[in-house]
Amino acid sequence: MATDVIHGSKAVAEAVKLCDVDVIAAYPITPQTRISESLAKFAATGAIRAEYIKVESEHSAMSACIGASATGARTFTATSSQGLAYMFELLFVASGMRLPIVMANANRALSAPLNIWNDQQDSVSARDCGWIQIYVETNQEALDSVIQAYRISENHEILIPSMVCLDGYVLTHTMEPVDIPEQDLIEKYLPPFKPALSLDPDSPITLGAFANPSTYMEFRYEQQKAIERSFKAIEAAGKEYGKLTGREYGLLEEYNLDDAEIVLITMGSLAGTVKETLASLNDRRIGLLRVRAFRPFPKDDVRRLLKDVDKVAVIEKDISVGLGEGALFSEIKSSLYGLDSQPSMAGFIAGLGGRDVTPEDIAGVVKKVEKGFEGTGWVGLK
Amino acid sequence: MKVAVDVPSYVKCRQSCRASMSAVRCWRFKRNVKDVSEEELFAPGHRGCAGCGCTVAMRLALKASGKNTIATHATGCMEVVSSPYPETAWRIPWIHVAFENSAAVASGVEAALKALGKKDKVNVIAFGGDGGTVDIGFQALSGAMERGHDLTYICYDNEAYMNTGVQRSGSTPFGAATTTSPVGAVSLGNDRPKKDLPAIVAAHGVGYVATASVAFPLDYYEKVKRAIAHKGPSYIHVHSSCPPGWGIPSEKSIEILRLAVDTGMWVLYEIVDGKGRITYKPATKHPVEEYLKVQKRFRHLDDETIAKIQESIDKRWSELFED
Ligand SMILES: Cc1ncc(C[n+]2csc(CCOP(=O)(O)OP(=O)(O)O)c2C)c(N)n1
Ligand code: SF4
Ligand SMILES: [Mg+2]
Repeated sequence: MATDVIHGSKAVAEAVKLCDVDVIAAYPITPQTRISESLAKFAATGAIRAEYIKVESEHSAMSACIGASATGARTFTATSSQGLAYMFELLFVASGMRLPIVMANANRALSAPLNIWNDQQDSVSARDCGWIQIYVETNQEALDSVIQAYRISENHEILIPSMVCLDGYVLTHTMEPVDIPEQDLIEKYLPPFKPALSLDPDSPITLGAFANPSTYMEFRYEQQKAIERSFKAIEAAGKEYGKLTGREYGLLEEYNLDDAEIVLITMGSLAGTVKETLASLNDRRIGLLRVRAFRPFPKDDVRRLLKDVDKVAVIEKDISVGLGEGALFSEIKSSLYGLDSQPSMAGFIAGLGGRDVTPEDIAGVVKKVEKGFEGTGWVGLK
Repeated sequence: MKVAVDVPSYVKCRQSCRASMSAVRCWRFKRNVKDVSEEELFAPGHRGCAGCGCTVAMRLALKASGKNTIATHATGCMEVVSSPYPETAWRIPWIHVAFENSAAVASGVEAALKALGKKDKVNVIAFGGDGGTVDIGFQALSGAMERGHDLTYICYDNEAYMNTGVQRSGSTPFGAATTTSPVGAVSLGNDRPKKDLPAIVAAHGVGYVATASVAFPLDYYEKVKRAIAHKGPSYIHVHSSCPPGWGIPSEKSIEILRLAVDTGMWVLYEIVDGKGRITYKPATKHPVEEYLKVQKRFRHLDDETIAKIQESIDKRWSELFED
């Protein structure tokens, strides 16, 4: 195992290299671009053997991944913000066809106004597309999660595409020490891709047929059942990975929860800031629940972990305009629905369009909820 | 309506044959109907309308490319009539993803075949209707052609968005009435000329570009063969009738398609490595009115407009067929 100090983008590219991907199709967009550039460099130097399609758009990137995956290739793409929005209709096709495509999304705000900085509105808005969504906290986790994503998605019991979401700039453009596992270790962990079905002249199949009202619903139902099975697969993949590398992952990360009365909840790199803040507050009554898997959403685990807590405060970088709260807050509330004694709940919108969320902001949130704040609030609003 | 094709005089077709349209023997290509594969890879029983020219375009393309073919398809009539789950008309591996991306999906299929070491054995065809090709799928097509993938794109052109109920496309001819270019007190129907997509594809430097017509099956069959044999991207634009969309009787479908060529409304040519040649020259040039008056979509056109259409055809005709 070699430790390198690298950007999150490079960490993702290293993971793709380790996974011996067959086809890559990607289109540049800040802050994702460095992922596609690193992969292009790998392809140019022969470090990877993948066919790299320099598509003319993200729409075609996902289309090409769908075509390639359906032909039996292990595929990868990466995008961000407008690019993800441009792919939107195809996200449903990829998951509806049950193709185990893996994509990295460098989380970035959506226009208008144009903004290239980090928030999580892009992938959060794609939550109902039928993809597994993993939000990572560190560059190391970005690398590890891409590798695990292939193992989870390609499992024939699952066959659901995966999106690994890493915060733009905060991770993509920030150097951190990252352990890069040995190739033979990953070969043990991730067997070569065996498609369940593929486009093959020796046994022709039709993919993407149209289904009328008498058959359509069952396809969606099957998807839901499959993504439910992925709870276990995500946990198993994280555990197994831990055995090989010493780094174990799950659906949720519990930090200082044993005696916690107040639990902060967030996704992605903001968890690092929260941990820093909690460490300096040094108060056993305050803990953090980091949501790693936003889809499938681990409702039952959330409920189990929060049922005896006094106060819950969600801090997130997205907003459902018109509802006035973030999607994570809505999910947490619905997970706790009907509990005998519900914790008091607060949801905070923070860091939209790359506005810094500082340890002082987090401490401010803690203070507010300690004083009994409930409902929704904004952090750092001018 | 100028065809931006370089047609050196020495390659102009002088055969004036009518044989190819009777599907017996095409002089230019020396192809006999007996050479055409009897294997039906586009199965009967699909939901295409009676007299649909487009289904014939599918069927002949697969006869030419054979069973070692993977096809991608844009949303549109041919996709819908051929794949009502759990049935399919496709006896080859086939995938439909969305409306605007048949070429991009085919790029992925081709790249996967390469990565898996199977490309030499398998042909890749991307199908799209005129809407899925000249309009919404134009960018994906341009990208795939420019990137040089080894695939054949076949646009079946029925000159409107038929699947959604005959709306105008960029490929709808001048004067045609559609549901979005209706005739009215201040409208003569579609007020723009047909986009010349084959010429635009040729401008990409694509090594094999051809126009074809379902009414000239041997000519089309041979062109698909050539397109597939060509290494790198190739493109065929095949004129295909739609009885309900054009307002023609089903049984006149092929006859009217043939009139399109005999009046010069549609010209059959191929461009091989930049060199264009006409593959069929009508024996006698029919007045365009013969083509227009038998179709409901053109029936409203007044003499003045018909004369205008005739004029533009004459101009192109003399460029293409007269030394
Ligand atoms: C993104 C998107 N926009 C619109 C549609 C609706 N739509 C489906 S098929 C079609 C028209 C197809 O026209 P064409 O490509 O000419 O094929 P045809 O039906 O004429 O064979 C339209 C507008 C769609 N499926 N997807
Ligand atoms: S509407 Fe036209 S194109 Fe569609 S199946 Fe019928 S004849 Fe063919
Ligand atoms: Mg059409």
